[in-house]
Amino acid sequence: MAFRARHLLGIEPLQPLEITTVLDLAERYVELNRRTVKQSDALAGMTQINMFFEASTRTQSSFEIAGKRLGADVMNMSVAQSSVKKGETLIDTALTLNAMHPDLLVVRHPSSGAVNLLAQKVDCAVLNAGDGRHEHPTQALLDALTIRRAKGRIQRLTIAICGDIAHSRVARSNLILLGKMENRLRLIGPPTLMPAGVADLGAEVYDDMREGLKGADVVMMLRLQKERMDGGFVPSMREYYHRFGLDAEKLSHAAPDAIVMHPGPMNRGVEIDGDLADDINRSVIQDQVEMGVAVRMACMDLLARNLRRERGRKIAETLV
Amino acid sequence: MTILFTDARLIDPETLTETRGNLVVADDGSIAGPWSGAKPPKGATVIDCGGKCLAPGIVDWGVKIGEPGERHRESFGSAGAAAAAGGVTTIIARPDTLPAIDTPETLEFVTRRAAGASPVRIRHMAALTKGRDGHEMTEIGFLLDVGAVAFTDVFAVCADSKTLSRAMTYARSLGALIVGHPQDPGLSAGAATTSGKFASLRGLPAVSPMAERMGLERDLALVEMTGARYHADQITTARALPALRRAREAGLDVTAGTSIHHLTLNEFDVGDYRTFFKLTPPLRSEDDRQAVIAALAEGLIDVIASFHTPADEESKRLPFEEAAAGAVALETFLPAAMRLHHGGHLSLPQLFRAMARNPARRLGLPQGCLSPGAPADLVLFDPDAPFLMDRFRLRSKSKNTPFDGARMEGRVLGTWVGGAQVFQAEE
Repeated sequence: MAFRARHLLGIEPLQPLEITTVLDLAERYVELNRRTVKQSDALAGMTQINMFFEASTRTQSSFEIAGKRLGADVMNMSVAQSSVKKGETLIDTALTLNAMHPDLLVVRHPSSGAVNLLAQKVDCAVLNAGDGRHEHPTQALLDALTIRRAKGRIQRLTIAICGDIAHSRVARSNLILLGKMENRLRLIGPPTLMPAGVADLGAEVYDDMREGLKGADVVMMLRLQKERMDGGFVPSMREYYHRFGLDAEKLSHAAPDAIVMHPGPMNRGVEIDGDLADDINRSVIQDQVEMGVAVRMACMDLLARNLRRERGRKIAETLV
Repeated sequence: MTILFTDARLIDPETLTETRGNLVVADDGSIAGPWSGAKPPKGATVIDCGGKCLAPGIVDWGVKIGEPGERHRESFGSAGAAAAAGGVTTIIARPDTLPAIDTPETLEFVTRRAAGASPVRIRHMAALTKGRDGHEMTEIGFLLDVGAVAFTDVFAVCADSKTLSRAMTYARSLGALIVGHPQDPGLSAGAATTSGKFASLRGLPAVSPMAERMGLERDLALVEMTGARYHADQITTARALPALRRAREAGLDVTAGTSIHHLTLNEFDVGDYRTFFKLTPPLRSEDDRQAVIAALAEGLIDVIASFHTPADEESKRLPFEEAAAGAVALETFLPAAMRLHHGGHLSLPQLFRAMARNPARRLGLPQGCLSPGAPADLVLFDPDAPFLMDRFRLRSKSKNTPFDGARMEGRVLGTWVGGAQVFQAEE
């Protein structure tokens, strides 16, 4: 077995072989999810808690469905109704939940590194569902699976990531994953939304969409949050769309069979043209959502196996 | 009581020399000078140093003590005990307390409390503006009268240049020393790390090292305009050095310091979001660290200080962005400085010039040297003794040291303040 991790906190600690292990297993869950009866017992009897300190509909429901299809008891805890609002610290919340003996903890938090901190304090397996601007590993894995299914491989592709790179954990996780798999990476966006030092990470940086898209096999668009558009980082929504919004004309500079991706939720008319997003010949945005469930099932399955093995070993040690 | 230190490796930061010899401390608590007699002076206590180093006690410029307001983090008693164990004989305390030390009454209060509680000397800096909020200057004259050694708003940069220029102009008329924190407040707002590849990978809000140069250039322009005496608390980047050099060459009354952490650690030490490495300013790149060491060796930077900042577990056990900045350092200051010695960057006399003589001289204190007549504030230490740092053995009330678990060299064997021993290492 090639997947040894205790937690899934990010793509950074994963080996390429671990990444392909997740993708291969996810393929099997894609098949399962397309059946009428979508049940597996991989997590039967286990408890999964989804702890979202930041609002999320898509990721949270994806994790919830993934857990339920694997037979886990799933509980959702969203921050709006939790004691975090009453001033409880992250660590105390984690310790409280830990005392309830969950097996899988799915966490999203607005601060970078918060999920790593939490993972140090609990006994269960922790899945990072996005921490600040740091990582969003399951998103990168589902993007990789989508690309592999569309392109037949996940190596030696020219992949352009466009938009708000600086504030995007999706961009970071993808940059690391696709870099590990030896692809040619391009980052395209206004310089105000480009993090410092990215050129050293092995990506080519462009501030011209047409130039950056030239010959690209995959075009990944990122969401631009509305509050960043009113003069703080870019002058206005319309200027941004004019220069960096993906439309058919800009896409024509990419490879003729280039696919278009977006992690959602989309701002139609801001970073992507509505018709293009719906074009089934180019857009794989709906596939990404489908792969999301399968990849999350694969990740949780693998972490649960490791957890069982670790617990089994501990019991064996007490017997000796 | 007269003391004779025999067989000591005397570290003299004044002459930048190391000599093997004896040193006599007179019974009034001052240094009497070398001794070459065959027998010890009458009635003298003889301390055999066994070839270990005897140096002037450290004058640590910029120590945060939690009095008033945060005694659970550090009190004068605990800071004093930590200082004695670390070879620090004079603490220059910061006014970023709750409330700030911004009135003569508060200053008198803390001076009185410190005198009874601490085995080492404690002198206070006072706030430059009321409440350290950068709007109105404090009573600089009265504060000088009750013993303020310098004026600073610590890490709260005075954003309003007009207020700062007036405070500088007024301070000049009294000869008061102003300590600035060179940092552009706008550019550095919200930053937890130095911008670059590492900060980008970790997804942390970051500040360009340029913010330090911008802050320094602004302050130096105001110094040129007003003629004030100025000390930059921490220069930590290569880009700020040319500005400092220009000011020196132009003859401005400017000195600069840096922190022991920025000399011994770099941005990568933060690793997996370790909040004990979150400092103000944030740790810099390795290139910056090397440039600052070179500037220190050359004498462009005058002072090394610990910027001891106690923080409780609650304020550190948070996500990196939200965690408190700062590290305790009174007890790790000397062993950390030994890394620069063992690394061949700075000699022991050069180190004690920056840690004792220069700060004392700039603040107008008689400490920091081994010259006859100077107060016998001394530290006896073994620069080579290795140990494993365990934060729970620190005497500080707060245990937030970045050196927890680190292998260090340099052990304080004994500390004297005014000829009286305040610390003796356990065997």
